[in-house]
This record gives sequence, C-alpha cells and structure tokens, in this order.
Amino acid sequence: MLTFTIRRLITSIPTLLFISIVIFGLLQLAPGDPMAQVPLTVPPEVKQKMREALGLGAPVHIQYLKWLNQFFIVEPQFLIDWMTRDSFLFGWLPDTQFSMVYDSELEKLVPQQRNISWQTRSPIMDIVIQRIPQTLWVVGLAYIVGILIALPIGIYSAYRHYSVFDQAGTFITMVGFSIPPFFTGPLLIVIFSVTLGWLPSIYDTTHVVNDWASFKYQLSQMILPVMVLALQTTAQISRYMRASMLDNLSQDYVRTARAKGLKEGVVVMVHVLRNSMIPVITVIALGVPSIFGGAIITENVFGVNGIGQLLITALFANDIPMVMTITFIFAIMIVVFNLVADVLYGVLDPRIRYD
Amino acid sequence: MTDTANEIDPYAALQDKEPAKPPRNQWLDVWDQFKKHKGAVFGGGFLVFITLAVLLGPYLWTVDAQKLDIRNKNVRPIWIAVWDGGAKTLWHRPFGTDNLGRDLLAQMIAGGRASMAVGWTAMLLSLSIGTGVGVAAGYFKRLDGLLMRLTDLFLSLPILPLLLVAVTLFRQPLRANFGPEGGMFILIVVVVGLTSWMQTARIVRGEILALKEREFILAARSIGTTSGAIIRRHLLPNVISPIMVSATLGLAVAIITESALSFLGVGFPSDFPTWGKMLADAVPRMEEYPERVLLPGIAISLTVLGVNYLGDGLRDALDPRIRGR
Repeated sequence: MLTFTIRRLITSIPTLLFISIVIFGLLQLAPGDPMAQVPLTVPPEVKQKMREALGLGAPVHIQYLKWLNQFFIVEPQFLIDWMTRDSFLFGWLPDTQFSMVYDSELEKLVPQQRNISWQTRSPIMDIVIQRIPQTLWVVGLAYIVGILIALPIGIYSAYRHYSVFDQAGTFITMVGFSIPPFFTGPLLIVIFSVTLGWLPSIYDTTHVVNDWASFKYQLSQMILPVMVLALQTTAQISRYMRASMLDNLSQDYVRTARAKGLKEGVVVMVHVLRNSMIPVITVIALGVPSIFGGAIITENVFGVNGIGQLLITALFANDIPMVMTITFIFAIMIVVFNLVADVLYGVLDPRIRYD
Repeated sequence: MTDTANEIDPYAALQDKEPAKPPRNQWLDVWDQFKKHKGAVFGGGFLVFITLAVLLGPYLWTVDAQKLDIRNKNVRPIWIAVWDGGAKTLWHRPFGTDNLGRDLLAQMIAGGRASMAVGWTAMLLSLSIGTGVGVAAGYFKRLDGLLMRLTDLFLSLPILPLLLVAVTLFRQPLRANFGPEGGMFILIVVVVGLTSWMQTARIVRGEILALKEREFILAARSIGTTSGAIIRRHLLPNVISPIMVSATLGLAVAIITESALSFLGVGFPSDFPTWGKMLADAVPRMEEYPERVLLPGIAISLTVLGVNYLGDGLRDALDPRIRGR
C-alpha cells in the first residue's frame, strides 16, 4: 500500500506539471495587456521598465519557470516562516528565516520577491489564505451536511426498494441533481429572506462571533448557502449510496447473515452498510474538489467572499497571476483527492491489491 | 396392444401452437422497454416539446424579442391577475414584459433557441471527440496508453475555472472575427465540447476493447475488411447505446454550463437573450418580479430534468440484461 501511495504521488507530479502548462499556456495565448490601464502620458521607456519589473519582458519559458519556482519553493518557505513565527501550533519552534535572502547592496536580510497580484499589488498567497476560511466554512459545512442527509436516504430507499419512500427519494434526488445552483440560490432567497424574512440573503464575512446572539446570526446567514450546496451533494451521494446498497443487498452473504439469525438491523447497518460504503467513500473523496469549483456560483449568489469569488473578480480585472494561482490550486485539489480516493479504496477493500 | 387414440405424438410438444412470428426488430424491443419508464417518457416528451417550441415558436408568436416598448414596461404575466386584480397585465403580453418593455414570451423562445442550440452543438462536438478518442484508443493498441493518459489528464483539469478563464480571455478576438453572437456561440460550444468528452471516451474505449475480441470482428478481418470499415460497419453500431446515454448526459451538462456562464456574466452579449442570461438579469429585481427569475429557471431545470430522465430510461431500455423484466 505504501509503495502504491508513493508511486501515485510520483506520477501525480507530471500530471500537475501538465495542468500548470495548460493553464499557463491558456493565459499566455490570451490577449489582454496588464499595461493597458497605464495612462498614455507615461513615456514608452518608463512603460518598458514597468513591463520588465512585472517580468513581462522575459521569454515565455523563463516566465513559466519563475512562476513554478515561486509557487513551489518560495511560497512554502514563507509558509514555514509564518508558522514558526506567528502560528499557535508551531510558534514555540525557533524562528526560521527560509524566505529571507541576503541583499548585498543593503547588506541585510530582505524577503524574497513573491508572486504579486496585478490587481492589489500584494502577495497572492496572502490574499488566498485570507479567503480560504470563508470558503471552507460554507463549502465544507455544506458538504458534511449533504453527506449526513444523503446516507440515510440512500440506505433507506435501497432497503425499501420500490416503496413510496424510494420513489419519492429518487424523484427528489433527480430534481436536486437537475436544478442548477444559480436557480436554487435566488429561489431560496425569494422564499426565505424576501417572503418569509427569516434569513439574511447576503453572507456578511465581516461578522464577528463573540456571543450567543452573534453566533445565532452566523448560523442563520450560513443556512441558505449551505442548503444550496448541500442539495447538490445530497442528490449525488444518495444516488450512489442507493445503487451500492442495492448491489450488496442481493448478495449471498446477506442471506447467510439472515439465515444464521442475526437481527435485521445488524445485517443492514453492519454487514451491508460497511461493504456498500467502500465505493461511496471514494465518491465522497472525488467530490470534494468539484464542490469547490461549483461553489464559485453559490459564492457569487450569496456574496460569500471566498476563493471562488476571488477568481471571478480577478478574471474581470485581468489579474493573470491571481487567476493562474487559484486555478492551479483547484487543480492540485483535484489531483490530491483523486489520490486520496485511490488510496482509500485500497485501504478499505482488502480485495483490491495494487501491487 | 397399444391404444392409438391415447398415443402421444412425440413431435407435437415441439411444434408451435401458433404460426411463427417474423423476428422483432431490436429497436421495437427497446421502445417497449423505454415506454415502461414513465419518467423517461415524460422527459423525452418534454425535450421534444421544448425543442419544437423553440424551433416553431418564432413563427407562432411573431413578436420581436428585441423590440422595446417602454410604455408597456414591467407588465406582469397574465396569471397574476387571477389573485391580484390591480396588477398591470395585458392580454397580448401573456408572460409580461421586462424593465425595457420587451416581451417575455418572445424572449423565452429566443433564449431557449440559444440555449438549446448551444446545448445540442456542444453535445455533438463532445460526443464526436469522445467517440473518436475512445475508438482510437480501444482499437489501436499503440494509441491506447497515450490517449488514455491524455483523458486522465483532462479529467483532472478544474473545468469550471478553466471555462471561465477561456471564455473571458478569448471573448474579444472571437467577437471581432465572427460578430458578437457568432463569436460567443463558437467560443462556448468549443470550450464546453473540449472539456466534456472524457467520460464518453472512457466508456467507448471499454466497450470497444471487449468487442474487438469477438468472433465477428475476427471474421470481418479474415475476409480482408480494412480497419476503417470494421470500425464503421461493425464496431460503431455496437457501441451506439452507451454513446446515446452519454449524449443525454452531455446535453444536460452543456445546457447547465452555458447557463452558468451567462449567469456569471461571461456568456452572450447583453442584448442576446439566453435562459441563463435572463435569470441573471432578473435576480436584482426578483423581489418585485419573481416570475422573471422563475420562468427561465424553471425552463432550464425542467429541460435538464427531462434530459436526465431520458438518459435513465435509455440506459434501462438499451441494456438487454434489464430488457424484458
């Protein structure tokens, strides 16, 4: 298993490189000049200097390698420095200075050049790290809620196959599967915040939780986006759960378990459930990155300023380094969770032997 | 002594009680099974209805979707009058009008035309790429490793962010070359098609790999049939059913993707209605005019629901193991 994991980790490197080349190439091919906003009164030689400062004068492969260097070497160094300096968990460790380089002109340590957003002129990773908690809270919670609703629905509709519950459940999951989030979002806003006035329609990210009332407000503003995202998750996962349970319920070992006098609850919830969870868990792992991608729309509808909204604003502002970094982070998530799904499958199912 | 009257004719049991029927067409069996799936029949029916409505609609409802009628702006749909007599409704504007006085029924038809055109074309494109890659990978051993690696790589691309990037960045040059609507149409179709062929390719490759080893392919090869002819005459007709199922999925994905792009404001130009665009435009004023969100939203959802049900039914009907149960 360990060799398999290591082998998969190594093969995922070319995959990530390919994806980064695709994204980089796409952004290189694209028209659009970061200097387009610079006033015409700026003399051309100054413009040329600005261009070089942005790294635009260099050949394409140098730009690509520089980007790779900054993403994979410089940024982790900054992260380690931050962790040993400020973080709660590792703050007791001695302060590392990986990210500092010696500047011979100033004769002291200065921070390395980082990947800079054209839009805000600040390091991209700092902005991304500021935005990730919002996305994680909303999307992560929605995913967990979705799974918790989906599993019982899937189990029960498979157990009572062709019953009214099964028919209704199948229909509702089909509907949840088909209605896009940009329709459910506004629909829920109209129902719950306009007509009934129960919940806020906009997610207030500046809200600070410090007492019971503010905690309740935080919960109430999270309900709508979580509902929209959870509907999609529930629809998908309960379908898988149902199909997988149905496969297992007709197996011989179920009859054996019943024949030796086990209680029905034990048969279904222990024997069948454990076996049917194997494919479902891999589906859950595979779904994590796609739910982040799908959250772009939901974040947009509810004004959650998470990573998806950051991507949209960066796109409209023609902020190519930011777009590149965020898209690549999504790609890394897909590759990592593919790996997690493969490894989990091998761990959970002893019949699977990769070596 | 044998009783001839009671003697059993040994061959009678083997004889048919009724005259032999001509063999039934395979597609009749498929149709019989398909009819049993109520959701699929409704879904297919709704898809046909929507397609006919957007194709024939402009001839039946001849109001121009772009015509501004500022005096009759913000007209509510006719059914609002049932419970709210004071609402501004007009009989010749059955779905009402928007904030510029454009007729909503005409816009729904025009928007549906755009959405369905994008959906069908993108689906056909992704289907042909997927089938091509799948057949090549399954039939030619040399290409298999390379093409399947490529498919895996495409599967690990973040699709929606990349779509957004591609559409935003290439909007201007394509618009300049093919006009605002044509350019956008080409861009969305190509981009959706290029990012959704992977599942089809995988399924088709799997089927081809299994079919290739069967005797009829060996027979075809032994009488000197060329590879191209084997693929066209023998392999493709046999993989038509998984292709049809993934076609329905592809259509649903393409319609949703186009609407999502329009919703995020990177789709068609502002004066060109599509369902996603109408929905996005109506969201800021949905408190006063909820029907403007509901109409396109329900249209998208019902179409996608119908297509998904159609796919479910087709999968059951085309699977000979399930058929007849």
